[in-house]
Amino acid sequence: MRDPILSARGLSREYAPEQGCLAVDLDVWPGEVVGIVGESGSGKSTLLRLLSGQERPDAGSLIFTDRAGQSHDLREASESEIRHLQRTAFGIVHQNPRDGLRLRISAGGNIGERLMGIGARHYGEIRAEASRWLAHVEIDPARIDDLPRHFSGGMQQRLQIARNLVTNPGLVFMDEPTGGLDVSVQARLLDTLKRLVYDLGISVVIVTHDMGVARLLADRLLVMRFGRVIETGLTDQVLDDPQAAYTQQLVASILQVS
Amino acid sequence: MYVAVKGGEKAIAEAHALLAELRRGDPAVAELSLAQIQNQLSLAVDRVMNEGSLFDAELAALAIKQAQGDLIEAIFLLRAYRTTLPRHGVSTPIETSEMRVLRRISATFKDVPGGQILGPTYDYTHRLLDFSLAVDAMDAAQVDDDDWAEEPHHHDSTHSDAQSGGSEKSLPRVLALLEQEGLVEPPPTEASVSVDLTREPLDFPAARETRLQALARGDEGYLLSLAYSTQRGYGRTHPFAGEIRSGVVMVHCPVEELGYALPVGELLVTECDMINQFQGGGQVEPTFTRGYGLQVGLSERKAMSMALVDRALRADELDEERLSPAQDEEFVLAHCDNVEAWGFVSHLKLPHYVDFQSELALIRALRQAAEAPDV
Amino acid sequence: MSDTVTHYNFAYLDEQTKRMIRRGLLKAVAVPGLQIPFGGREMPLPYGWGTGGIQVTAAVIGPDDVLKVIDQGADDTTNAVSIRAFFAKTAGVSTTEVTTDATLIQTRHRIPETPLSSGQILIYQVPIPEPLRFIEPRETETRKMHALSEYGVMHVKLYEDIAQFGQIATSYAYPVMVNERYVMDPSPIPKFDNPKMHQNPALQLFGAGREKRLYAVPPYTDVISLDFEDHPFEVQSWETPCALCGSQESFLDEVVMDDAGTRLFICSDTDYCRTQQERTDA
Repeated sequence: MRDPILSARGLSREYAPEQGCLAVDLDVWPGEVVGIVGESGSGKSTLLRLLSGQERPDAGSLIFTDRAGQSHDLREASESEIRHLQRTAFGIVHQNPRDGLRLRISAGGNIGERLMGIGARHYGEIRAEASRWLAHVEIDPARIDDLPRHFSGGMQQRLQIARNLVTNPGLVFMDEPTGGLDVSVQARLLDTLKRLVYDLGISVVIVTHDMGVARLLADRLLVMRFGRVIETGLTDQVLDDPQAAYTQQLVASILQVS
Repeated sequence: MYVAVKGGEKAIAEAHALLAELRRGDPAVAELSLAQIQNQLSLAVDRVMNEGSLFDAELAALAIKQAQGDLIEAIFLLRAYRTTLPRHGVSTPIETSEMRVLRRISATFKDVPGGQILGPTYDYTHRLLDFSLAVDAMDAAQVDDDDWAEEPHHHDSTHSDAQSGGSEKSLPRVLALLEQEGLVEPPPTEASVSVDLTREPLDFPAARETRLQALARGDEGYLLSLAYSTQRGYGRTHPFAGEIRSGVVMVHCPVEELGYALPVGELLVTECDMINQFQGGGQVEPTFTRGYGLQVGLSERKAMSMALVDRALRADELDEERLSPAQDEEFVLAHCDNVEAWGFVSHLKLPHYVDFQSELALIRALRQAAEAPDV
Repeated sequence: MSDTVTHYNFAYLDEQTKRMIRRGLLKAVAVPGLQIPFGGREMPLPYGWGTGGIQVTAAVIGPDDVLKVIDQGADDTTNAVSIRAFFAKTAGVSTTEVTTDATLIQTRHRIPETPLSSGQILIYQVPIPEPLRFIEPRETETRKMHALSEYGVMHVKLYEDIAQFGQIATSYAYPVMVNERYVMDPSPIPKFDNPKMHQNPALQLFGAGREKRLYAVPPYTDVISLDFEDHPFEVQSWETPCALCGSQESFLDEVVMDDAGTRLFICSDTDYCRTQQERTDA
């Protein structure tokens, strides 16, 4: 078996007692989707920011292995190295697409930015690639020159995903990517995501409070509460046979809803 | 027994007496005449007239004298007087292309029909203190100031400069040359009368003419800083000073009985026509956009700032993302009036005993709760 | 006025300040295209009118220098006249309008048409030294972008131009890559002048007074205008030659002749235009 693409041990970042994220162990394997679930304040977004290098841990270790097999110690890495990884090897999809898009830049420019960032200098090719990616995320390529603010919320989120995936990063972090979208739009976005993850074989770490989203996308789940991981396992296993009392409550809550 | 502090009335009277003494300064130094202020501090007079929204140089000079040169206080005085005045009518729009030009420059073309006319400007002075002025002032103190009293209006003196140094014939607008080619958006053709902000409250979203009215009486320093922020990248609009002109225009008022407008007087004004980044692309032919500023007197700094802020505030109309303070109409217009701003800031000097007492009681209670041992 | 001038040091600035500026300039020359912060002083001219250029000139000028000052390429524009007079008065140096006679040339918005030579110094007045400013206004962020060579966004700007207008719609202050390392704002010169910066034998110094930054392009340094392979960098051209000297190679100003909008095109570089006219007359 290959090595994990991302490996965390004892990862901690505490803002106040039980606030933040405490002693988390996690391995992300190539091609798998890991869901982090829990309610607001459970520490799941903090964990995501730590894993993606947007924040530094107080304690623990975090090793990322790139496609070339090169290991990067993200706790010790320079800001320069982390920003480079974020531009090339990582994708980061924000809950609010406005945080992840350049709003004054056209859809094509938004997708093309990462390509140009790694040295693409042929306008025609960049544009063709942007077109292709718009089609991939089911946005009409005729809208390549439109500004994101003329897009619906669901389209903005698709555009953000295309912008992240265009350089074929090995590891994508998503923070509540379907939050703020209405149910039918969510369903369509989840379909697209599932297809892309499968087609591209990328690894994904996704944070969600929505157990439905977790069930649909994730291969494996981490359940968080008060900053700690209280249960882990294959998604079906966790959802069908939850061990921790808290997980049972979480699972029960979605059953009531549906 | 303790007696609470009273006697506010006496304190106020004493404060005013002290203020009068301070305003007058050393009685051995000659007292300022309004004519001196009108003539020798004319740019301060212009500012007070603009932000006080009243074209009366003598009253503005009085306000400056009364306020010891505190221009915001003077603006306040002038506004408080203005609000008592009856309104006899509304003039027709002034025609600045028929201006008798005192100064006229364009930064966009090396030469334009009618030429570049530098006029009176500090632009190319080196900012070296001119100590000869200090000497002259001492000499001038000996001069009988009867001459000044006869000068009715400080603008008449600049007007005579206009005749000697400036252009008597009307000059075409620089932007009209670009309009002929369709390279710049045309100015609005309708002379729409907006609300009168001195009589009606400001309502958002505001029409452009309403915004311009608010900016025209807005604080010079505030608008200057906002204009500057657009140049530094916060709402950038790529400005070029298409044309700045200062000069005298005729004011006409319609007379219903006659069916036409009669000239009622002259006004020295400064106008700024800013050319900004172009719009268009795709099917739409690119054209430059524009921002506009107009002030009475030689208030070039304010007119330019106004034009830049006017352009930035057109973000919605021109389909630009509003991301910067200068593009935010509510932020800009709600805070541009210095009389309002200083009023509210200065009100913090008023007693707030009751509110503060309530807060004091609360914070004590909270601290007590925090110190109490956990149950 | 002359009384006041005697109170000031040679070339207005005190020697301490000049040394501070020269140290900044040495650093700037050592790292071409990198913006060096410096303790810019209040100058007797308004910010935005060339206070940066004037401070650089004041720091490097000596009694034997011959100074030329141009604004928009012309020696006779008001701002150029004013700055030239400032140094004639405060430093007593000789001034010239002839490009080849000058040892120092302070400029706003142009590079002379006449090629510069080794030993000459061209001093640019810079309003906004940060080429990334209009993409990212925050200095803390742009500093990182320069440090990490995160320049993808510069091409995003060019991409947007082409997508919207079919071509790169930046005609002045066109960004350049210096010595294959730093993206630099060439100051608001027309892009027509960009190629002159490349491998120029003269030393090019840049001063931004209000923003308090210095930068430099040493002699014979690569200065490449950003572009795309399929939309290469191009300079402006005119359909007519200069109406005065007939040059077909210089940057032309448009002069409006009358109310009907009749236009005349003449060289923006007045010294070059005069030289060309003398050549044809001879």
